[in-house]
Amino acid sequence: MNQVLAYENISYTKRVLDVLRIDPVLLLLLGLLSVFGVMVLYSASGSDIDLMMRQITRLAMALLLLVTVANIPLRILKKISVWLYLAGILLLLAVMFYGEVGKGAQRWLDLGVIRFQPSEILKLAVPMMVASYLADRVLPVGWKALMISVVLVMIPVFLIARQPDLGTAILVGSAGFFVLFLAGVRWKIILILSFLFSLMAPLLWKFVLLDYQRARILTLMNPESDPLGSGYHIIQSKIAIGSGGVYGKGWLNGTQSQLDFIPERSTDFIFSVFGEEFGFFGSILLIFLYLAIIYRGLYIAAHATENFGRLLAGALSLTFFVYLFVNIGMVAGMLPVVGVPLPLISYGGTSMVTLMMGFGLIMSIRSAKRYLG
Amino acid sequence: MSNRVHLKDDHLEYRLIRQRLVVSAAIILVMIVTLLIRLYVLQVVDYEHFATLSDSNRVRIKALPPARGLIFDRNGVVMAKNLPAYRLEIIREQVDDIEDTLTRLKKYVDYSDQELKRYRQSSKRRRRFESIPLRLNLNDDEVARLAVNLHKFKGVEINARLARNYPFGGLGVHALGFVNRINLEELSQVDEINYAGTSHIGKLGIEKFYENELHGTVGVQQVEVNAKGRTLRVLDEKPPIPGNNLHLTIDSKLQMVAEKAFGDYTGSVVAIDPDNGEILAMVSMPTFNPNLFVHGISVKNYASLRDSSRRPLFNRALSGQYPPGSTVKPFYGLAGLETRTVNKKQKLFCGGYYILPDEERKFRDWKKEGHGSVDLQDSITQSCDVYFYDLAYRMGIDKISAFMVQFGFGEKTGIDSPGEKSGLFPSREWKRATQGMPWFPGETLNTGIGQGTLLVTPLQLANATAALAQKGTRYRPHLVRTIESADAEEQREIGSPPVEQYKLVKNSNWQYILESMKNAVHGIRGTAYRMSLGLQYSVAGKTGTAQVFGIAQDEEYDEETVAEKLRDHALFVSFAPADDPRIAVAVIVENGSHGSTVAAPIARQVMDAYLLGQS
Repeated sequence: MNQVLAYENISYTKRVLDVLRIDPVLLLLLGLLSVFGVMVLYSASGSDIDLMMRQITRLAMALLLLVTVANIPLRILKKISVWLYLAGILLLLAVMFYGEVGKGAQRWLDLGVIRFQPSEILKLAVPMMVASYLADRVLPVGWKALMISVVLVMIPVFLIARQPDLGTAILVGSAGFFVLFLAGVRWKIILILSFLFSLMAPLLWKFVLLDYQRARILTLMNPESDPLGSGYHIIQSKIAIGSGGVYGKGWLNGTQSQLDFIPERSTDFIFSVFGEEFGFFGSILLIFLYLAIIYRGLYIAAHATENFGRLLAGALSLTFFVYLFVNIGMVAGMLPVVGVPLPLISYGGTSMVTLMMGFGLIMSIRSAKRYLG
Repeated sequence: MSNRVHLKDDHLEYRLIRQRLVVSAAIILVMIVTLLIRLYVLQVVDYEHFATLSDSNRVRIKALPPARGLIFDRNGVVMAKNLPAYRLEIIREQVDDIEDTLTRLKKYVDYSDQELKRYRQSSKRRRRFESIPLRLNLNDDEVARLAVNLHKFKGVEINARLARNYPFGGLGVHALGFVNRINLEELSQVDEINYAGTSHIGKLGIEKFYENELHGTVGVQQVEVNAKGRTLRVLDEKPPIPGNNLHLTIDSKLQMVAEKAFGDYTGSVVAIDPDNGEILAMVSMPTFNPNLFVHGISVKNYASLRDSSRRPLFNRALSGQYPPGSTVKPFYGLAGLETRTVNKKQKLFCGGYYILPDEERKFRDWKKEGHGSVDLQDSITQSCDVYFYDLAYRMGIDKISAFMVQFGFGEKTGIDSPGEKSGLFPSREWKRATQGMPWFPGETLNTGIGQGTLLVTPLQLANATAALAQKGTRYRPHLVRTIESADAEEQREIGSPPVEQYKLVKNSNWQYILESMKNAVHGIRGTAYRMSLGLQYSVAGKTGTAQVFGIAQDEEYDEETVAEKLRDHALFVSFAPADDPRIAVAVIVENGSHGSTVAAPIARQVMDAYLLGQS
């Protein structure tokens, strides 16, 4: 009896998820990560219930948006790509002229009701734009399509880097280039471009990067050179992670975190708190959870029925990986400090909403396959 | 899509994208492994290193200064205590722009250049997150003004700390001493760990001599702090051990009487219990308020103390060296009798001067017309100089100094206070050693009336008088009676065995001298007769007048025409009750002219207060 009931329950749940066009595997993984995230955030915020509730509310909102996006048919998503992209560019220009300054950077746009960062839109709009453009071209990508795609990517990247928001620029740029990579840009071209880029690096260093961005990179090389200044973040973060040891100091017991030694501990540096309290085992678990989500995204990409979905799902999953790698690399002292949050765990609404909408896109792509095939 | 459809091969493109997806997955795997290796190095390989860093990050050691021991007088009256006082302190690590903070602070609370200099000095050798005082002893107004504006000053704190307080102000300041900010030199001489939280150190008197007893042992607090250095909780605490309390031999009431008796004169009184060497009162006039030093004396105040012609900072009782004048005559008299240089009946005619054989030079008596025919007793009672010229000449300097040394002349008494001078009792050897010259007989004569190169400190004179009262038994004079732990559970008496026990050849010799000294006070012809009026007990005493500057052979000393600074010092030594001495007093009044008129009345007030309970 019980077994029958259980079976009926499962099938019922499955049917609901199918109707909602939700991928149960991805949803489960995202749910697990979110629970993890809320727990860590509670500790990182110094047991701030209010802050935790705000994050949960945002999470709920983001899930709602995920479902909404998942229910937009893929062909419509493909059609609106170009308009979303153009709107994003216009908003970026608006920010340049009318934006609000927060923490020394001009990123925010106040629309009266909501304040948001237009650069977040581009995180989705750029891969959508490039994917929809390349989906109609013959693959592997030819020179002309490549050049057009590069221009499409570089315009918003340049605008965002000017704000200055290096972290988002990297994410937007990599999202765009991942589409190109998946679209089969020849290895020869990739090598040539990498070579050209490394030649240009000194010029970028000199003319594009701002003083503080250069300082962060220099600090990474030798954080002890300025222990009270820009090296402080990295040193304290490394101490936190390292002192977590194999098993961690326990939830709410991280001295580095609880005693305020870690700067930005509920946002960009939240992994330091996690590493300190949950140790190496916890870190492995968390990273594997992320890996599972990424691989699920890649799996869906591989099984999508047409190129737009394949390229977009693949690029979004890879971008998700960039988030993870840049953030943990940064707090572990491997990469310079750029403003990239730990996806779905760091406190803050905008990035979470964008990420969840991205997964909404991926789910829509999965469903498209189902309906078509 | 439609117009290109003939060029597109969907299956081929699908394989291409899948291939790229697989490559991506592989690259991701490699990068994830890199990340895990990095975390493995941080959390497993270098764990010890970071765990240590993490601990030292959050745990800070704080020094808890011990409360300084209290000082009580012999009757339990507090003479030095600790009061909470507000200080303006700065934690340098929490201040972004120290110069800006200092400038802005000036608007709310004034601090002098000297205080700023002090702050900068201590700031240089501070520990991390140690708060360094800028201003001590804020008054209520300043505290109120600062408190409401403190939010504008990061890293600036108002802290209540215990500060030394001397409730009687200048009373007995030279005996007590005072505390002041530690300077670098002093810091190099103390145990730096024990003084980690201490800002003040004893500078003079008992406060300095008993610094080790009074200071106590520093406590240690292990506190957990946040990144801003704020204490969050105490992990471990070893409380400080307060310094030991001192019970003095000084009687604060007697001290007060003695200081008051001095009026505007400059000089010193030392009163000793002849039975054990306990110092009952030790006065050096003028005094000064030691509380000024506790909170950092201003340059102006300090300059006025330092440059005052009356030299209030100078501890005359221990460091002032004066010719004793006639006050040494009873000692010489005893020496003469004991060495059989003179006898009790022998008389000598005093015609107002003395001439050495084979010399022309006249040694004058203070009484121009002379004392007539006098024996030893008359000579002490009336203070005849001629008799003692003769006695000294016949006894010779060698015998005199050998005798006097037994009463402590020419050497430090060993009092428990810093800065004591030894005085000087001249001898042949001394002169050869210091001046490379032979001893002249004339010098023996000058020594014979307590002049010449002979110098004593008031303490020495008082102690010698006490020894004389005790038939030659001399103690080490001392200021502290008992050292007691703060909880009063442990007590240590400062015993004082005799340092010298002179054996009288004949007791009657001493009796004779005692009678002479009683006569000097009570006898109608005694030089101190005036002070005996109305006395309720018997006193043995001797007046003295010490020349500040030498007068030529035939000149006459005229008190009226001599500037005050050049007037003679007035001295008086005494003990009472004469037959069962309980107190010995030595008084020196600088430029007081006459021992009998100025010095003796002061001694009387002290003895009255001590023996009768009230003056």
